Amino acid sequence: MKSGTIYDLGAPGRRAASLPPLTEPEQKILSLIPAEVRREEPPWLPEVSQPELVRHYLRLARLNYGVDSGFYPLGSCTMKYNPKLNEGLARLPGFAGLHPLLPEEEVQGALAVLWELSEYLKGIAGMPGISLQPAAGAHGELTGMLLFKRYFQDRGELERRVKILLPDSAHGTNPASAAMVGFRVVSIPSNERGTVDLQALEAALGEDVAGIMLTVPNTLGIFEEEILEVTELVHEAGGLCYFDGANLNAYLGRARPGDMGADVFHFNLHKTFSTPHGGGGPGAGPVTVSEPLVPYLPVPQVVKEGERFRLDYDRPKSIGRVHPYYGNFLVLVRALAYILTLGDEGLREVSVGAVLAANYLKEKLKKTYKLPYDRLCKHEFVLSGEGLGEVRTLDIAKRLIDYGFHPPTIYFPLIVKEALMIEPTETEPKEVLDAFAAAMERIAEEARREPRLLKEAPHAAPVRRLDEARAARQPVLRLPRP
Amino acid sequence: MSEYIPHTPADIRALLEGVGLRDVEALFSDIPEEVRRRFRPLGLPRRDEDWVRRYLTGLSERSTGKGLVPFLGGGIYDHFVPAVVEYVLSLPELYTAYTPYQAEVSQGTLTWMFEYQTMICELTGMEVANSSMYDGATALAEAALMAHRTVGGKKVLVPRSLNPRVREVLATYAWGAGLKLVDVPYGDDGRLQLSEIPEGACALIVGQPNFFGVIEDLSGLKDQLGEAFLIVYVNPISLGVLAPPGSFGADVVVGEGQVLGLPPSFGGPLLGIFATRGEHLRRMPGRISGQTVDAEGKVGYVMAFQTREQHIRRERATSNICTNSALCALAATVYLAALGPGGLRRVALLSLERAHRLAEEVSSLPGYELAFSGPFFNEFALRCPDPMGAVKKLRRAGIAVLPPEEVEKAGLEGALLVAVTERRTEEELARFVSALKGGMG
Ligand SMILES: Cc1ncc(COP(=O)(O)O)c(C=O)c1O
Repeated sequence: MKSGTIYDLGAPGRRAASLPPLTEPEQKILSLIPAEVRREEPPWLPEVSQPELVRHYLRLARLNYGVDSGFYPLGSCTMKYNPKLNEGLARLPGFAGLHPLLPEEEVQGALAVLWELSEYLKGIAGMPGISLQPAAGAHGELTGMLLFKRYFQDRGELERRVKILLPDSAHGTNPASAAMVGFRVVSIPSNERGTVDLQALEAALGEDVAGIMLTVPNTLGIFEEEILEVTELVHEAGGLCYFDGANLNAYLGRARPGDMGADVFHFNLHKTFSTPHGGGGPGAGPVTVSEPLVPYLPVPQVVKEGERFRLDYDRPKSIGRVHPYYGNFLVLVRALAYILTLGDEGLREVSVGAVLAANYLKEKLKKTYKLPYDRLCKHEFVLSGEGLGEVRTLDIAKRLIDYGFHPPTIYFPLIVKEALMIEPTETEPKEVLDAFAAAMERIAEEARREPRLLKEAPHAAPVRRLDEARAARQPVLRLPRP
Repeated sequence: MSEYIPHTPADIRALLEGVGLRDVEALFSDIPEEVRRRFRPLGLPRRDEDWVRRYLTGLSERSTGKGLVPFLGGGIYDHFVPAVVEYVLSLPELYTAYTPYQAEVSQGTLTWMFEYQTMICELTGMEVANSSMYDGATALAEAALMAHRTVGGKKVLVPRSLNPRVREVLATYAWGAGLKLVDVPYGDDGRLQLSEIPEGACALIVGQPNFFGVIEDLSGLKDQLGEAFLIVYVNPISLGVLAPPGSFGADVVVGEGQVLGLPPSFGGPLLGIFATRGEHLRRMPGRISGQTVDAEGKVGYVMAFQTREQHIRRERATSNICTNSALCALAATVYLAALGPGGLRRVALLSLERAHRLAEEVSSLPGYELAFSGPFFNEFALRCPDPMGAVKKLRRAGIAVLPPEEVEKAGLEGALLVAVTERRTEEELARFVSALKGGMG
């Protein structure tokens, strides 16, 4: 049976790239390698011509759905449009072609990018320190947890501050990051309004708590109205406040985590700042920090002296490196281009557009779907697929594919049963929002009248519904050699 | 109004009406007023596309290093990238998609992930590979954490010849997780010298080749280690000519995949390669694509073994990784498919041969000698009386090498590190030698 991979194609001896010829006989060159570590058998790799290769990947692209294909309301992921200018800028030879270990004086332009972006991100967060090294949001979280650990170690409190508090609506990376640094995770229940229960928080706080990880607005798309009380309580108990910034799109240009009591805040540049998601990455997850945590930031730090930029390694209290160089530089270039393009006014329009679109869809859809937290939302909201008869949220998601939309995030956050998490972003025109709402309404109707349509969906995708259980039961994780 | 946001004033009015609010400020009434009052803008005007293009192009041109001939390695190498790689990375449905949570509209991503996993297993001689980590350094750190979870001990044996930057990242992670790094020395040949395995060791890390370019002998190491993991940190290009670490019983093979179709990019984004043995599959971090069938029996792909991952397992997950380095893994997939087995071998052979030719010529110059007697791949440590002077001479000839202060981090004083790839021409090799000839280094 054909696998649909590039290994189906080609013939021995074909190739899609040309290289300079060898100038010595192969055996002679190979003799430079001791026999016991020499490769005997070549790896099994495709042998295809360039036209075959191009057609194969173009075919694969057509099996995929991206932001450029259509509406992609994947909650918590901020699938906004990726500006094409920024793609070109990231490919400039003076950026893409730079080796990271060139001397500082030879890479002043790249250091200028790092410095300038750092200044803007600190300004956006309203926080005094930054590291651009984290390669993604979760990497920023890990960096934050390391900073917490170093801070308490420095104060001699590490032995007793062993717990990290997490609202039960938190993203899975939060507890996983805390655990990687050896913290014990304690879950804080949400109240009926979908926000942190202050009483439960107070009860959990104590001398054994290192801090809290908050997502603002939270993963229900709800802003913690009592955010100042929450951070104050944690600070009073001697703890620190981590802010997961995945949802910054909700308040860009009008509020700053530094003004809410954040000690560490991570950006997801691949969300809020429009850098492409790449089929799963790469992204970038810079962290900004409050004054007390500045000494512990990763090395190096980029500093400006007159017109020159320099890398500063002389930071004895630093946690060290979390990246071998300076972070995902080409992602950082794109984010800088985005900030420069929008300016203050544009950044403010982002949050207006994102929040307006989410509330508009929420108001439309709550007529047909259960909305567990019926209140003003920020950039996203969470519906429940319950109550539509025998269909499940999974079926609704798959049916959306037939209507030409990418499904929302499903089954997250965990505190909503059969969750459908919808994040339209600011880059969708009203017509698209209306079309999506109409499709959702039709699907709800289908669920009652003809549930089979949903349960067997998708009907119009490149494949029918895939058997996920089988992939675990009979794992095939690579092509077997022929 | 921004070119990326479609809402006209009329749209905004219509949307507000749908929400039942009078003005956009009301959308933010749930943010405490005190917080909103403290807000300060950046002081940045809006810019047009051409302004931004010119401004950033200008910054890119300020880095003089882009014009230097890179005999510079230390973990990032200047290999040729065929144009088809860039073509595929620019296909919008591939680069503007995210993690393939919805398999039926993500068969493109899931299929190439499966191709990538197959290729990485082939290169490394391992049974399973994930679809990417952030970079080689964090892949290695995660491998060490995995070794600790599997066999229990807290000591990780780390050769002094491991890439110092990779080691620094490993040290940060290890500190966080309460693991201890134990130094393993290297000998005059530049190869690691493992005497005994201390009590409580969960892993030995071996660079293949190591930071000095020296090819390690992996035979017998796994026997010596017993339960403890043999983790091999590879330059995947070298696997075109070097035996796969799997054949020496490696438990995990990790590496920096930048060499497989990515430009140096001032150090990021990179590609973390991660492969292991089948028995460790459930402890492996990262996304995996698995083959299955659809409701009509047609072959398709889904994300497999998600129960290891943070979105299901939370604090008990095998890692916190979510967003990874997918597009870089796609570059590696296309690169390997474009080159094929013969092309990969050719790149490795050319790098090997040219590195040796240059090493031979410069080490015959008075005062210059190779720091190590062991076999090497595409990079070698060069000792000379005045290494800083040598760096300056090379710079005047338009050549960049890894300077002594970077080499010292791995415990070697007074030496440069010189990397040679298939891109270095006869003329460039000759220029390198004659630059050093101009007076004693
Ligand atoms: C709320 C939230 N926190 C953290 C993360 C982790 O970010 P990343 O995927 O960039 O590691 C995500 C995203 O995926 C998220 O949605």
